[in-house]
Amino acid sequence: MSLISALARMEAAASGRAEPVATVRHRHLAERPLVLVPLTTAGETGAPLGAMVGTDRGAPQVFTVAQPRDRDLRFAFLGRLAEALLPHLESCQDEVETIERKETDPESGKRVTVEAELCADAPQLLVPTAPGVDFVRLLGRSMRFRRTAEEDPGTPYPAPPRVPLLGRWLTHYAERSRVPGSSLLLPLTGLLTRHWATGQSHLEDQHLGTLLAWIAPPDGESGAEAARRAELERDGTGQLVRPPAGPATDPAFDNRLLAPAVARYDAGVPGAAEELRELIASQLRPTWEAMWQGVDLLRALPEGAHVPDRWRRDRQSYTHHRDRLRAGEPPQPRRDDAVTAARKLAMREQRQAELEAQEALDDPLVMAVRRLAGEAFTAAVTDVEMAYSEGKRPTPRPLVTLRTEDTPLLAEGDKVHRQLPEGAQQRAELVAEPEPGVLVLRLLSGMGRGKEPAQGTVPEPGDLLCWTLFEHSPRGGPGLPEPEETPWTHGGPPGEQTAEDPDPLTPEDVL
Amino acid sequence: MTPTLGGTEGQKATLPHQAERTPQQRLAELRGGPDVPQRPLDARALAALAANPGCRRRALLDGAGVDKGAVAQALGSPAPFGQSQFAFVRGNAFEARVKADGGAALLALLCAHTGEDCPDTSEVALPDLTADGPAGRAARTRLALDEAYGGWALLDHPILTLEVAGTTAYLEPDALALHPDGGVTVIEIKSFPILDGSADPAKVGAAARQAAVYALALAGPGATAAWAVREQALLVCPKDFSNHPAASLLPLRKQVATTKRQLARLTRVDEIAAELPPGASFSPGQDPGTLTAAVESVPAAYAPECLATCELAFHCRDRARDGGAVEALGRSVRGELGGLATVDQVLAAASPEGPGTDEPAAAALRRAAALRTEALGASRARAEALRASGTCDAEPGGAACR
Ligand code: SF4
Repeated sequence: MSLISALARMEAAASGRAEPVATVRHRHLAERPLVLVPLTTAGETGAPLGAMVGTDRGAPQVFTVAQPRDRDLRFAFLGRLAEALLPHLESCQDEVETIERKETDPESGKRVTVEAELCADAPQLLVPTAPGVDFVRLLGRSMRFRRTAEEDPGTPYPAPPRVPLLGRWLTHYAERSRVPGSSLLLPLTGLLTRHWATGQSHLEDQHLGTLLAWIAPPDGESGAEAARRAELERDGTGQLVRPPAGPATDPAFDNRLLAPAVARYDAGVPGAAEELRELIASQLRPTWEAMWQGVDLLRALPEGAHVPDRWRRDRQSYTHHRDRLRAGEPPQPRRDDAVTAARKLAMREQRQAELEAQEALDDPLVMAVRRLAGEAFTAAVTDVEMAYSEGKRPTPRPLVTLRTEDTPLLAEGDKVHRQLPEGAQQRAELVAEPEPGVLVLRLLSGMGRGKEPAQGTVPEPGDLLCWTLFEHSPRGGPGLPEPEETPWTHGGPPGEQTAEDPDPLTPEDVL
Repeated sequence: MTPTLGGTEGQKATLPHQAERTPQQRLAELRGGPDVPQRPLDARALAALAANPGCRRRALLDGAGVDKGAVAQALGSPAPFGQSQFAFVRGNAFEARVKADGGAALLALLCAHTGEDCPDTSEVALPDLTADGPAGRAARTRLALDEAYGGWALLDHPILTLEVAGTTAYLEPDALALHPDGGVTVIEIKSFPILDGSADPAKVGAAARQAAVYALALAGPGATAAWAVREQALLVCPKDFSNHPAASLLPLRKQVATTKRQLARLTRVDEIAAELPPGASFSPGQDPGTLTAAVESVPAAYAPECLATCELAFHCRDRARDGGAVEALGRSVRGELGGLATVDQVLAAASPEGPGTDEPAAAALRRAAALRTEALGASRARAEALRASGTCDAEPGGAACR
């Protein structure tokens, strides 16, 4: 943890209220996010117990499973979930803009420009916690290989019609969520901790109720007290007043309320199904409210300047998935082949570096962390001396003298970068450090093509500049071979994508 | 956190008659008397203990077999975790299924992973391990391994012993398999799934730590027999979404070495007990104030990880927070703070008007605070200036006034 974030935590602990660790919102937040609060049954892998779903805070849909071990009830639940989620997940498929893309022409092998569609927006899915994201992944995995009666009339336990399709969408969203800076599927706890530091530990921040209590305590109460209540307060019957945000339920709820109610249902007691539905909904409702409270808090933050750029990639990812579905490709494989896995890893590393750079550029508080680490510095211009490169066509290479109180980790010849007022980048190198805190840089780029630097590209004495030691759009490492050139040591060229078999089913299986 | 002795302060001298009691008697006394049953130390607790060897409180209470859950309840800070009966029922059903038919499925999985020929169940000894008390069952376990040496045997819920910090822990693995070559495989049956060939790394790690404790117990003194524990345990889990078993081998060598080192670092329980005020006990039935004083008289080492592993976590957390211990905010926070141990000390060192200190971390902290303030903007700086000149309330940045 950086010292600045550690300090923020301590200030929060001392004041009893969360402290900002960001001054802008670093993630895309949709106008109408789709909120999903899932619950699972303890001990049963991926077995849903209930869910609250919707884009309208005042009108959630609630689905529950009365007996999680009953396959028919689970399938019915998933079928209803698909009917609720799919219209939203598919809602952005048809409104597109046309973009140009570079592609390798399969015949000539040349790079050519082609036109492609890009969905104008993409649906965003929000869940409460990181385990909620894992549960979305698990649900996706459990559904995407299922067969419906239409696909396979002989299948012994056919899934409801759109369940496999939902499985593929959820798998895509869950996979996308592994990409740093992506925003198709986000856990609210992750969103909030990116922007606020509480006076509790990172581990305790995974509890949505306490996190919100620290950030926005009710009137007259400190965040610390409110968090304590959110975490521990139980009613007279020993039940948590604020149930956990799931997907796991509180063991006391399971043992004292849920288990007896399920037993009544199994015994055929009239009204037991309704009772169970209400019980499960009672565990979902507080989290549902918390989700929207969190959304409000995040919405109050101005959006970071690079957020739309990253969201565009999410739209691209959404469009790709749409195209794969339309092309009739089989569900995502259970495991990535070696090339795909390596590509994804390389891509995520690159996105991580890019995210770190962009967040710093968008937010002085994040830049402060980099400045403290010696990876960036702000400096006042004290002198500018015009100079030119040698050679046939001399180009401007002005020398800029700066004074800084920061302590960048720089040696002569090192490159530094800054953003020009209009957004372009400028590179410079350190020429000399005549005395501590005084740096002489030679500007190397960003001054246009003319003999004289373009207007506004060379700073003037008195200007305050922020330079970074890191590149603003970092490129990936050495490129990976194209899929068809993959060495045999890495699994060889991938074959035609073939559909994988569904999971074998036995009468006693849980899912 | 500084432990306080509460009302018993100053009565710490060891009374002469204490020395005459056997350590076992003293530990029974700590539990609240000879009638209070000793809570067995299981592998999960040992693994957690090994992970926080600096905590003398836990070492003592676990070593003495005190029911920490009951203590936490009596202190008014009940343990943060429980088990859902759904998980419990399902876990038991899965284990029973795996072990059914004389362990045929289990041995088939084992042999599929080791490359051995799978024996017919008629060739596999299934020794009866029932006996009175854990010590008796531990003896039966060793005997059974000796007797079956040279052939196959499957031991269902055997009992192993391990000396930890001067007390004996009785450990109960899910199963042990004795191979004809004299090797013994530790078998762990868990209810989390192996999905598409891989399982949750955190859960696999926890299972490996537990298996390492069993392996240590098997290799400990008394393991004079010809059989020897193998370096890989067998982890058995439900496959994908089914309740069919799948398995994988867990390499144990590194984990065994780590656990051994950590357990060796634990202070002997009788040494910790000797520092207690005379007559102190952890009987949950006593007056809460006295109990609190007894608990607080043993130094603890709270970190947020305790929340997942120790019944006393909420109690220790309250104390750590009240004392402003920086560890309460996470172990990673501690890193760059040098000798500054409390939130107030850190904030004082970070404030521009803070006391001059030769603490090396202070300069970095002041710089961090200055950068943070600058970035948070002029409006906030103005607000803080106002606060500093006016009343001093408990607001961020107000630390200098305290
Ligand atoms: S909760 Fe307390 S007693 Fe338990 S390990 Fe942590 S510090 Fe030690």
